[in-house]
Amino acid sequence: MKAALILANGTVFHGRAIGALEDRVCEMVFNTSMTGYQEILTDPSYAGQGIVMSYPLIGNYGVNSEDNESGRPWAEAFVVRHLSPRGSNFRCEDTLDNYLKANRISGIEGIDTRALTKILRSQGTMNGMITCAEHFNIMDVLDKLRAYRVQGTVERVSTEEAYTVPAVGEAHYKVALMDYGMKRNMAQCLAKRGCTVTVCPAHTPASQILAGGYDGVMLSNGPGDPADNTEIIAEVRKLYDSNLPIFAVCLGHQLLALATGAKTRKMVFGHRGGNHPVKDLAAGRCYITSQNHGYVVDADTVDSAVATVSHVNVNDGTVEGLLYRRPRCFTVQFHPEAAPGPMDTEYLFDRFIASMGGTTNA
Amino acid sequence: MPKDPNIRKVLVLGSGPIVIGQAAEFDYAGTQACRALKEEGVEVVLVNSNPATIMTDKDIADHVYIEPLNIYSVTQVIEIERPDAILPTLGGQTGLNLAMALHEDGTLAKYNVRLLGTSPESIRKAEDRQGFKDCMEEIGQPCVVSDVVENVDDAVAFADRIGYPVIVRPAYTLGGTGGGIAYDELSLREIADRGIHLSRVGQVLIERCIAGWKEIEFEVMRDSAGNVIQVCSMENIDPVGVHTGDSIVVAPTQTLANKEFQMLRTAALDIITALKIEGGCNCQFALNPDSYEYAVIEVNPRVSRSSALASKATGYPIAKVAAKIALGYTLDEIPNAVTGKTSACFEPTVDYCVLKIPRLPFDKFTTASRTLGTQMKATGEVMAIANSFEGALMKAIRSLELNVRALRLAKLEDLYTDEIEDLLVNVTDERLFVMAEALRRGFSPRKINHITKVDIWFLERFRNIIDMENALTRCKGAPDADTLRRAKEMCFADSYIGWLCGMQQKEVKALREQYGIIPSFKMVDTCAAEFDAETPYYYSSYDGENEAIATDSGKPKVLVLGSGPIRIGQGIEFDYCSVHSVWAFAKAGYETIIVNNNPETVSTDFDVADKLYFEPLTAEDVQNIVEQEHPDGAVVQFGGQTAIKLAQALTDMGVPILGTSSDGVDAAEDRERFDAILQKCGIPRAQGKTVFTVQEALAAAHELGYPVLVRPSYVLGGQGMEIAYNDRNIEEFMRIINMTVQEHPILVDKYLMGRELEVDGVYDGEDILIPGIMEHVERAGVHSGDSIAVYPPLHLEEKHKALILQHTRNMARELGVLGLINAQYILYNDDIYVIEVNPRSSRTIPYISKVTGVPIIDLATQVMLGRKLKDLGYGTGIYREADYFAVKAPVFSFEKLTDVDTGLGPEMKSTGEVLGIAENYPQALLKAFKGAGLRVPKRGGRIIATVKDEDKPELLSIARGFYEMGVEIIATSGTCDYLINNGIPCRRVNRVSQAHPNILDMIGSGTVDLVINTPTKGRRQDTDGFHIRRASVEHSVGCVTAIDTAKALLMVREQSRSEQLVPLDITAI
Repeated sequence: MKAALILANGTVFHGRAIGALEDRVCEMVFNTSMTGYQEILTDPSYAGQGIVMSYPLIGNYGVNSEDNESGRPWAEAFVVRHLSPRGSNFRCEDTLDNYLKANRISGIEGIDTRALTKILRSQGTMNGMITCAEHFNIMDVLDKLRAYRVQGTVERVSTEEAYTVPAVGEAHYKVALMDYGMKRNMAQCLAKRGCTVTVCPAHTPASQILAGGYDGVMLSNGPGDPADNTEIIAEVRKLYDSNLPIFAVCLGHQLLALATGAKTRKMVFGHRGGNHPVKDLAAGRCYITSQNHGYVVDADTVDSAVATVSHVNVNDGTVEGLLYRRPRCFTVQFHPEAAPGPMDTEYLFDRFIASMGGTTNA
Repeated sequence: MPKDPNIRKVLVLGSGPIVIGQAAEFDYAGTQACRALKEEGVEVVLVNSNPATIMTDKDIADHVYIEPLNIYSVTQVIEIERPDAILPTLGGQTGLNLAMALHEDGTLAKYNVRLLGTSPESIRKAEDRQGFKDCMEEIGQPCVVSDVVENVDDAVAFADRIGYPVIVRPAYTLGGTGGGIAYDELSLREIADRGIHLSRVGQVLIERCIAGWKEIEFEVMRDSAGNVIQVCSMENIDPVGVHTGDSIVVAPTQTLANKEFQMLRTAALDIITALKIEGGCNCQFALNPDSYEYAVIEVNPRVSRSSALASKATGYPIAKVAAKIALGYTLDEIPNAVTGKTSACFEPTVDYCVLKIPRLPFDKFTTASRTLGTQMKATGEVMAIANSFEGALMKAIRSLELNVRALRLAKLEDLYTDEIEDLLVNVTDERLFVMAEALRRGFSPRKINHITKVDIWFLERFRNIIDMENALTRCKGAPDADTLRRAKEMCFADSYIGWLCGMQQKEVKALREQYGIIPSFKMVDTCAAEFDAETPYYYSSYDGENEAIATDSGKPKVLVLGSGPIRIGQGIEFDYCSVHSVWAFAKAGYETIIVNNNPETVSTDFDVADKLYFEPLTAEDVQNIVEQEHPDGAVVQFGGQTAIKLAQALTDMGVPILGTSSDGVDAAEDRERFDAILQKCGIPRAQGKTVFTVQEALAAAHELGYPVLVRPSYVLGGQGMEIAYNDRNIEEFMRIINMTVQEHPILVDKYLMGRELEVDGVYDGEDILIPGIMEHVERAGVHSGDSIAVYPPLHLEEKHKALILQHTRNMARELGVLGLINAQYILYNDDIYVIEVNPRSSRTIPYISKVTGVPIIDLATQVMLGRKLKDLGYGTGIYREADYFAVKAPVFSFEKLTDVDTGLGPEMKSTGEVLGIAENYPQALLKAFKGAGLRVPKRGGRIIATVKDEDKPELLSIARGFYEMGVEIIATSGTCDYLINNGIPCRRVNRVSQAHPNILDMIGSGTVDLVINTPTKGRRQDTDGFHIRRASVEHSVGCVTAIDTAKALLMVREQSRSEQLVPLDITAI
């Protein structure tokens, strides 16, 4: 079936429908990863967004039940150049197309994803709509696109009830992991380091965490504009004011920055992919990181009395990590839990574990 | 860390002659590295024995030594130049081994020369089988169960423990030379024996056979600060068991989910970190297709063929970055030349699919075994870029120039299905087509996967192509727009679409233009469009936006056609010519556009021309570029036969051919037209006839009288050319020639036995400049590419030189040459006969440019643009002769190609060449022999001589000479009797068919320095001679198959001394 992708700038791409055959309005972003589409689809940070894969051959290894980063895919739409009708891999359980259909994700294939990526790169992330309608009124569509905004997503993707991920092997630490849209591998990275992880709903009051007997708290990644989360930011501030060790990633990193007086801003097209170089300024070393963010902490707004920039993006110099003056508190913009992408910065979890060393229950 | 200020002068080692396993990729890497070093203000000293390279140009390095790559000569160069450091990791295995040897023997320490980049300890760890295994064990990287052994019995004992089949890999060899899979004790004994012999350290690795696992490669880089990145991942379509150089390779990996991918990527980074490599490194893994189990197969602590492919596939210049890392820079300090904004510290991400197909020499060596295994056999490769796998595959197949335009091999269509199934089992260069044919016969991808272990994903892509063929066939006429668009998106050629649906190519083109299906060009930018890039590096697609906006620089535009994959007869020298032509045009104010498909070359480096189109070199693919760029002219005379073949098509497209017209090319190839020209100019040539059938050939041979030369016209490197001595030979040769359909007639010429001469010239329409005349050591009958060539000529009288000048000028005039002309002559009965003329660049251009100092390509380019030789500063006529001698010697790769007869004849067999330069002829020749790796027997040495009867009289003086020098002569009965009867003491050895120990045992004993064996007639392989020659190759004993070469060896031994050899800096002459 034919399908069209209409962008907010009026560009129309014609292709073939994949996945659910429903109209879908979302914010279009591109990801340059060459593998890991299933992890990307199930990353809650993409809630409200449509993902354009810049790599053209997608679906090659199908889908499986092991590689989900959350309970369901959160992206609204999926845009590829060529969708493989079958997957070939020893873990393959189904085709990507069936998976998209089962999870009601609309999609389009057979379009010039490079041209689309170039539009998003040069004109910035913008809204788009995928439709299977043969005829549509472009003005009506553009009105819909103008009206759309990604919001309320943290509430939508966060767990409703707290739950526990047991430590792998002997348990040494108890960690509260604030789920703003957490990827499962984040909990796994902690669990395999001997942490009993309690995954907490986004709106869990700080007081509850502080009374929970945790050795540390981790703030997860998540979707949307960080500044929208005013209530959560207030609770994060309370966590900051305690002496619990804190490690935060992506949205969590932005929330803590906002809670401590810094500002965030929307980037033109963000960083989404598995090849972003980040320099650890203290170590003088560069690491290739997995990234997925459209907002960034504005370096100029970071109060040096509160925190210093510990990591920067080698490509554009943006803030990739903050080291707080407050003891045992550090945050990064990129994803040390990877999934998908390079696992080169998983050592940050070790650093977090070390920071909990003084207060261990074990 | 910024650049180390103590490094002011760096010695760079090249990789020597082109051989299988070590080809043009090291000229690309070396050239890029030299330029990177010079960019940093470092003085570059280069040593490489290969004159056909760009890296040995004066403008690439500051001091250039075209010398044998051995300890002796490099030590001398170090003594003269006193470099601060040596860069060992850019000259392939040859350069690396040599640098290690210089380190180990204390030379580097003695002269206070630092090894740049990776430390010797790290190199040793990566290269030494046991050291590597221990290191991998330490960091928890699984290796294949294996053991290093130094003798055959230990090999057998170990294999008994781990079970057959086992893989045998010799340590420190090129392209897996001497390795193989042994299925039983008998084959293990044979392979292990050979491998131990070929290994520099006498070791082979015996390992568990994991054939059938996926073979995955990563190119990774590391700097002195410990930063590590992965540049490119590659997946071999052929599973483990086929050498990666002979495998069809796709980049990036296609069938790995993120978990497996990251597992192997992390392993590669852990390995480069553990080995403390500073620079580039290639890691090869085997991955069990049914689990996460993997094993490290091999690590190369240097730039490699794969890194050249990775560079071209991603746009990331690995060699350049490696050179800068060696100088002390860290990755984040090196700018990314592609984006101009970001740094080299990132991982390229691509938004297309890249496919490499190796170019195997079996069209040339028709008798060679086509089976592929752990020993590499390919001479070159093609790469294609498309936004689908199917598209990349179709483009790559077209780029191979094997008269195959799609995933279809006509000869397979006549086979029974059982036979197809049988063919699936054996991996050959044709198996890709066998798999396609099996799919056409209804085999399921699952069934083929079961037999071949090729991943089903790839098989389904093949089936997509076949489904598309079927859809087109069903059209029986003009296809609808959707079908045609999908076919073009898979990069089907118009001609193939037309063939499938019963239309003319022109009609298909018109139809798709009517539908609006026209190509667009996409950019290779290292970052999948995430950043604005400046790379003028494009590939075609059939959808969406066109990024190759034809620039209006106000400059005239010229299209330079490259020479495609490296093959025997068309090697790296044509890339040299193409690149120099681009530079000359740029200097003359032109916008330059190059089209090529060979990832190993300098010409496909995106900063060589103003624009690079990485596309097949077919008329249709080139036309797309022409319609995009509207060039003011095209140049075909530098890209070998590949480019020349496109001359007519370009003319038809309305693109003016700069230089000699396509009509001139035709006149040189067309027998009758060429004869008319010779007659008009009064130039003698051997009598000859054109024929089509065996009967005509026999009649022609009888009329001319045997011996005669038989060859097809329009061929490369004397392909299919043979000397026939009788009717039986004619019948045999004609049968072989006619195995491929001949569009052009076959030539039968009287064979003249004389001294062969060769010239390259530049003709401007009025005057000619001949930079130098070369004389061949071997008499006519040995292909010029396989002959030893001497400049300046030794035995040429002035009157003959004058005749050569006159003939070449006259032929150039009559053929309408504008630019280059190459002519070969025979000095016969005191007269100069022409053998053949090529109005294009030749194999000898780089060599003669370097030794005469005449920039031949630059002059030819200027002449094409209308300038006159008399204004260009190098005069006209024959250029003054140099006051030193330069000898070019061929280099072969016979040890890689089993079943190939090593005997030299009119068909070219060499893969590369070396040059020896010295003040006198014997020393130059000695250098050339040394560079080619031929041992010249000394006192106390041994020579085996068995020659055909015609050569026996000439053998006498050679044998006597060596005998008097204290070399023992050994021969089988016929030759032995002849020598003894003529007073030369000689030891008798049993013939091949006689009891052991016989001549083959003697060759295998390691006590013989040289074999002189001249082939008897014909191509039969069951002769004693064939076995003697093969035995020599397999036991690394020099084998000379032309009596003139043997004479030259004797002369060298009599008149030169190794210890007197001095290196010459050619930039100073």
